[in-house]
Amino acid sequence: MIRFALGRGISLCLSLIVASLVIFAVIEVIPGDPAAFMLGVNARPDTVAALRAELGLDQSLPARYLDWVGGMLRGDFGTSYTYRTPIAGMIADRVWISLPLALYALILSTLVAFPAGIYAASRRGRAGDIGVMGATQLGVAIPNFWFAMILVLIFAIELRWVSAGGFPGWEAGFWRGIGALTLPAIALALPQAAILARVMRSSLLDILGEDFMRTARAKGLSRRRALWRHGVRNAMIPVLTILGLQFAFLLAGGIVIEQVFFLPGLGRLIFQSISSRDLVVVESVVMLLVMVVIVINFAVDLAYAAIDPRLRRRG
Amino acid sequence: MTVPRTLVVGAVISTLFLLLASLSFVWTPYDIETLDVPNKLRPPDGTHLLGTDHFGRDIASMIMLGARTSIAVALVAVGIGMGLGVPLGLLAAARRGTLLDEVVMRGNDLIFAFPSLVIAILITAVFGASAVNAIIAIGIFNIPVFARLSRGAALGLWSRDFVLAARVAGKSSFRISWEHILPNIGNLMIVQGTIQFSLGILAEAALSYIGLGAQPPVASWGRMLADAQTLTALAPHVALVPGLAIVLLVLGLNLLGDGLRDVLDPRLRTVRL
Repeated sequence: MIRFALGRGISLCLSLIVASLVIFAVIEVIPGDPAAFMLGVNARPDTVAALRAELGLDQSLPARYLDWVGGMLRGDFGTSYTYRTPIAGMIADRVWISLPLALYALILSTLVAFPAGIYAASRRGRAGDIGVMGATQLGVAIPNFWFAMILVLIFAIELRWVSAGGFPGWEAGFWRGIGALTLPAIALALPQAAILARVMRSSLLDILGEDFMRTARAKGLSRRRALWRHGVRNAMIPVLTILGLQFAFLLAGGIVIEQVFFLPGLGRLIFQSISSRDLVVVESVVMLLVMVVIVINFAVDLAYAAIDPRLRRRG
Repeated sequence: MTVPRTLVVGAVISTLFLLLASLSFVWTPYDIETLDVPNKLRPPDGTHLLGTDHFGRDIASMIMLGARTSIAVALVAVGIGMGLGVPLGLLAAARRGTLLDEVVMRGNDLIFAFPSLVIAILITAVFGASAVNAIIAIGIFNIPVFARLSRGAALGLWSRDFVLAARVAGKSSFRISWEHILPNIGNLMIVQGTIQFSLGILAEAALSYIGLGAQPPVASWGRMLADAQTLTALAPHVALVPGLAIVLLVLGLNLLGDGLRDVLDPRLRTVRL
């Protein structure tokens, strides 16, 4: 297990290094001078020169790369050009919306998908199964941002149960914050729940064909008990992997949903930075998102291997 | 052999959208470049089948033009993914266990680590928003999907007798991949292609919605939804119609993919995330 973890750890570090090089390179290939790009066409030459010095563009490429990566390792993400504030602080403010939103959506999607998948598998081929599978077909076909708009139309505009968007801040109280995140989380969770229900169902169906399931029935367990005691537990392994991947997708997918609900999260930060050409912010936030995804995948791999020793050999 | 109902339904829906998109090259009910503000936000009726938007443009015409954009973007993105991913996967399988294989697979993992939306954002931040950049962003994400799938399928074939026979006959691994492996994984790629196509439609819609996809005057379902967002209370149809178009086309493509999979090879089970 330790060897496996070490091997995975090395590949994690390599992935992070390559990812940072790619992001750095993409920002570098901007035609022309980044400083001129950020300031726009009407910038005066001395302003451009001042920004060049501030961004350290007069230094060599490797020096700038090391400076950027080294800063991030120390928690210094650089300084936003437009806001004149440290990017780490801006991220810290916004991550408390994006992260809870992704987590909330993950919980909702699990709460819906597990029972739905288990129910469908236990009713295989019958009306209940066909109904659930039909619903998941629809679930994966609905764009989540459109679903979000429909939710706003129904619950905020017609019924007036919740506000159509914005975030009161966690200072306003935990439940008010949760309330503001509920519609976004539902919208974000829909396609993920559909996928998860399908994985749960097919994983469970695979297990139901196993010998130990027949043994469980033979030793006198009822269908229901055998399903829960032996089936669901074993079916969880592939489902856990998907959950890890889904969290990453939810975090990235939140970028779009934040736009629908005007939530001041990481997504809005990125868009504001793009429109104000604040490349330093874009670079650092993108790196942060990619880093989270890579680290989550790493953690899932480890958890997977801890649960199922057979998998350690493959790494 | 009976044709699965999903295949028929999926094929009919997909063909319908394809026809509408093709038709839009020569004819749309109205010209969407002329604004007709007095008739703005009209609900669907006899003159405007799907109503009008906030500029009085005919929504049915915009849906037809938007179908063209969606299908074109998703199709080219799948083409990029297949065109680069399948050869990479075949190459990795032919040289399995070597450094080349390792590099291809790690490269795949790396692209998977970038959520497609984040790639799109990065590309747009640097090169500006356009349909072409949306295609590149979606296409890049398709490469590892096809590379992984074709490598896995090809690895299984490399141990089969007919490949062994070809090796004994002295064919190079390149020729074996081209003449024996590729034709045998074609069906699998077509099925996966259909699924990636539907994911591409969704991705294009999301990118245009957040303003990173097709720019005006190119019509796009995602941007129609973005425009409609503040108008849902006044005229729900402007938000409902483009969304339903997306759902219908994606549903049709998914059903087509499922049906094709059942017909082409019942043993095949594609991974769907």
